Amino acid sequence: MSLLTLENVTIKFGGLVAVDNVSFHVGKGEVFALVGPNGAGKSTLFNLVSRFYDPVSGDIRFKDSSILRMRPDQVPSLGIARTFQNIELFEQSTVLQNLLVGRHRHAGVGGFAQAFFTPSVRRAERAHRRVVEEVIDFLDLQPYRDKYIAGLPYGIRKVVELARALATEPELLLLDEPASGLSLEETQEMIFWIEDIKKHMGITVIMVEHDMKLVSAVSDRVLALADGRELAIGTPSQVQSHPDVIRAYLGTSGIDGDAGDAGAAGRG
Amino acid sequence: MRFVFKRSYDDDIRLFRHRAQMFWYLALLVFVLALPWLIDDFLIGEATNVLIWAIAGMGLMILTGHTGQVSLGHAAFMAIGGYSNVIMLQSGVPFVLAFPLSGIIAGILGMIIVLPVLRLHGIYLAIATLAISVLTEDFIIIAEPWTGGISGLVAPPIDIFGIDINRYGTPVLFYFLTLSVTLVVLGAYRNILRSPLGRSFIAVRDSEISAQAMGVNIARTKAVSFAISCAIVGLAGALLGLFAGAFNHETFNIVLSIQLLLMIVIGGLGSIHGAFFGALVIGFLPQAIAISRDGISSLFGLGSWTVPGIESGVFALILVVFILFEPLGIYGRWIKIRTYFELFPFYRKGMFKRQKSYLKTERMK
Repeated sequence: MSLLTLENVTIKFGGLVAVDNVSFHVGKGEVFALVGPNGAGKSTLFNLVSRFYDPVSGDIRFKDSSILRMRPDQVPSLGIARTFQNIELFEQSTVLQNLLVGRHRHAGVGGFAQAFFTPSVRRAERAHRRVVEEVIDFLDLQPYRDKYIAGLPYGIRKVVELARALATEPELLLLDEPASGLSLEETQEMIFWIEDIKKHMGITVIMVEHDMKLVSAVSDRVLALADGRELAIGTPSQVQSHPDVIRAYLGTSGIDGDAGDAGAAGRG
Repeated sequence: MRFVFKRSYDDDIRLFRHRAQMFWYLALLVFVLALPWLIDDFLIGEATNVLIWAIAGMGLMILTGHTGQVSLGHAAFMAIGGYSNVIMLQSGVPFVLAFPLSGIIAGILGMIIVLPVLRLHGIYLAIATLAISVLTEDFIIIAEPWTGGISGLVAPPIDIFGIDINRYGTPVLFYFLTLSVTLVVLGAYRNILRSPLGRSFIAVRDSEISAQAMGVNIARTKAVSFAISCAIVGLAGALLGLFAGAFNHETFNIVLSIQLLLMIVIGGLGSIHGAFFGALVIGFLPQAIAISRDGISSLFGLGSWTVPGIESGVFALILVVFILFEPLGIYGRWIKIRTYFELFPFYRKGMFKRQKSYLKTERMK
């Protein structure tokens, strides 16, 4: 069963076609990777799925119902969580408070009850905390639980972002460059975590990643994009050896008539 | 140095982190309860004034300190609270009903008024709310049949279940009335901060993008924050109206809005303590200026002299000094001093430096 389906999705920024008629579907339990050079439209696709952008044409369906009529803040309630390429954490809060914000979609207690902190609020808080603690245990964030984000190193912030997304208890996890800026050891840990997320939590993962080691290690299928267009889709090894992909990454001696799209380079 | 050993999730939920903290806050509570027996009636009036400022400060702190929305229009919502309270009292509504209602009216009106400007950020929101403040002042003058125009209103005496409370006749009772309102607001504020609503406020303040990605409805959260903020400020306005006895549009002028903002910046943005520290400064500064002026006069034999606008000048100077040297406000300074002693001798100078190790993405704004 396909969990997320994109059908002929196109988005333009002024004259620039950032995503051009892209279609793909991601099955339940799959790890799906988006690769491509800078400006290929990978992050734009993420922003389309999380509804920050509206496509010009095409349809995005989650579990066979279109999500195009939803606001960005309604997307998490479907069970779609995401991380950001340039970490977007709540800087002046602790790790714990950040993860608890991830529980927001499960809130469901009235504002007045919160002002009086009724027993039902307390019970809900304990339940949220239990879920958050499981995520903290899973990602080994115990030493940082009460630390403020503003004082944490980059690698830890990256993990906190992943943790916050997991705290929403998603069905579909969108990871925007989970390994960028991480050391070799941290990348290796990330590989284990993504495998565990898939196997033990049954969460479907879509990720944008440049690190081909990570991509080949964890992904079931890979979609290669360049200049907003689909180049190849298949297993990691199929995509890596695809002539169009090699051309997009390494270039060719000849000019293949696409000078007009050169302006797309530089968009992330 | 103190280590807090946590044994259950409730250790992070409860209001006081450890027994010593609870002891000090209870000691403070006993102190403010005993205050009327320690100082004379004039100073009790001053203390009441500080408490009213503190309530208003908490109101603005929720909005500016915790939701990150700057408002220069909060005098308008104080006015709504003050006027609606007295108008209801004059038409025979009992105080126990009129007072909370005035807060609710200020909250609802505040939310409706600011809905169109909620999309604005930072300085633009400040300017839009400034306009609200100016407009309200004019509206008060125009709406003479209800507000008494430029001659203003006189607050009728209030009685709560037969107990007569009067700012001049029974200042101690008025002090206790203000104190109880302060405590109720403080409790609600504290509870909101430790529940999902408060976390969504802070999320909106720190990163709207990822708050949205976590399922926080930005527009609604801002509107709720505005409503709560305006309601609390409205209660402060109602108390201020009763405290002043007689008031008109000038009581709630633009200067009041600016003073409110000054107060929370000086006190320390993003903390409830900040509202109280700021209230102490704003509440006592005029007295301090007057006393020091008399002192200087008698020291140099200058006789009585006045400098017009000296109060605003001193306020401005204090604000500039704080923004330059202690952007975290008095509370921030207090935290630093406390940490210095707690960690002695391991305190480092850069410990509280706010650093950005990366650039925030601006692309999706």
